[in-house]
Amino acid sequence: MTAGRNIFHYVSRRLWRVWQRNWTVYRKNWKISFLPPLLEPLLYLLAFGVGLSALVGTVRYGGKDISYIEFIAPALIAVNIMYNAFFETTYASYVRMYYQKTFDAMMATPLSLEEIIIGEIVWGATKAVIATLIMMAVISGFGLISYPGGFVIIPLAVLGGLAFGAIGMTFTAIVKGIDLFNLPIFLFITPMFLFGGTFFPLEALPSWARNPAFLFPLTHLVNSVREFAGGAPGPLSMWGVLYLVAFTLVFLPLSVLKMRRRLIH
Amino acid sequence: MESVIEAANLQKTFDGIKAVDGVSFRVLRGECFGILGPNGAGKTSTIRMIYGFSPMTGGSLDVFGLDIRTDWRTIRSKIGVCQQDNNLDPELTVLENLFVFARYFDVRRKDALGRARRYLAFMALDHRRESQVLELSGGMLRRLMIVRALINEPDLLILDEPTTGLDPQSRHQVWERLEELRSRGLSILLTTHYMDEASRLCDRLIIMDHGRILVEGNPADLIREHAGKEIIEIPNPRHEIRELVREKMPDYEDLGHRLVIYLDEREKSFQEIRSYLRAEGCIMRMATLEDVFLRLTGRDLRE
Repeated sequence: MTAGRNIFHYVSRRLWRVWQRNWTVYRKNWKISFLPPLLEPLLYLLAFGVGLSALVGTVRYGGKDISYIEFIAPALIAVNIMYNAFFETTYASYVRMYYQKTFDAMMATPLSLEEIIIGEIVWGATKAVIATLIMMAVISGFGLISYPGGFVIIPLAVLGGLAFGAIGMTFTAIVKGIDLFNLPIFLFITPMFLFGGTFFPLEALPSWARNPAFLFPLTHLVNSVREFAGGAPGPLSMWGVLYLVAFTLVFLPLSVLKMRRRLIH
Repeated sequence: MESVIEAANLQKTFDGIKAVDGVSFRVLRGECFGILGPNGAGKTSTIRMIYGFSPMTGGSLDVFGLDIRTDWRTIRSKIGVCQQDNNLDPELTVLENLFVFARYFDVRRKDALGRARRYLAFMALDHRRESQVLELSGGMLRRLMIVRALINEPDLLILDEPTTGLDPQSRHQVWERLEELRSRGLSILLTTHYMDEASRLCDRLIIMDHGRILVEGNPADLIREHAGKEIIEIPNPRHEIRELVREKMPDYEDLGHRLVIYLDEREKSFQEIRSYLRAEGCIMRMATLEDVFLRLTGRDLRE
């Protein structure tokens, strides 16, 4: 409650109460919530795997030639981790915070603001994991993930979910209105989606375009998921995980600080 | 008497503006205490400090003998708050709303169900247990907010404008239920814009304006002290009447299009001017808390 104290001073196991609230609501609509992560990868696999693959053939990645569908399937998982966490802690959290005043109600109970915000981010990561599990099941059906290495994608979804959930929450803490989320989506999410090593290898780009791509958290998540799905994790994965941990350690506390400023008067 | 709230020189500053400017009061166990005041008087700011939503700028504030700055979690676990907005979960049913809220207080599900049934019946919402919150009327939402505030069986109930926007039937029902809770010994702190609500429910109250307390006392004493016993209102007074009042009446307000006369000894003064006023369509009535409020805080609009 007192501004300026270390944020983790006010975090207890009660943050799971916030998570449980969202889980209760999610369970009510699970049939609808399940469909996008189930259908989307199927549509993408159909379009890219069947349609585009015929044009592209194989891709040179990590010193090996792999089929185009093998190349993009893990990237689709990474993109979905980003979307699920980011959209949860932007639009969905904003609706709870601003329109439904759910956070105000929680702040009249023994929950702290820090627990509420971190609980929301952890929930965003949970949505990313749920989507990942569904997509992995679908993609594994096509034999595009090699196990047991592929199981590491699940903790990667937790990490990526926390990273994108935290930056989403930071935007939520500073935007003036819900329409303004268009801005980070246009300037941050969409460029990553296109240029984060998702649809073509970054080696195809000239260095002036390639190097900035390594600032994108999605690039690192794509690299890590792709290497583990392919069964050959290397230094790219290690750097990717380190980058995502650092990214989370910056934006998670930042989102809490910005939220304190926004909500506590 | 044991006090549940002790505020001493309480202060709250927003961006250099003093919303609460040195407020001191005590709320005793088992009483209903009211905070009245025009918009922007500092009522909600005061209440939000009491349940640890806003950090205080200065002064001291103890709730249940604990310091709100350090023991906010314990304090919040023992109070129920009904905020101004109906911030229920629109995606959940009535019962689910109560379960989710009970979890925040670590109330076990079995206990939560018992309490939910009891308080829903108490607030005449038993038949809507399985309804979606979006289907409820304004009065039902407000009553559900009060049920939710009771789910942790609090020692202090805080109500921020509990009946604003309700129809007369709903307001009276809420008042009856709150009286019942008070008679069971629950301490209640309430803000309101309705003077009839404050007169009826509050054992003691303060009237605030510009972040300060103007008066404190029980409603009947405040009326006697600040508005007298009875009031004569004269709409569109003629010149002679205005002169007469100015001459004879020690305590009156001239609002231009209306004279408001505050009377202490009914017979003498009233009979004396009655004959003059008979044709004027004057209104004679009991003094109310509203008269006190308007006299003390003025009649200018607060927007």
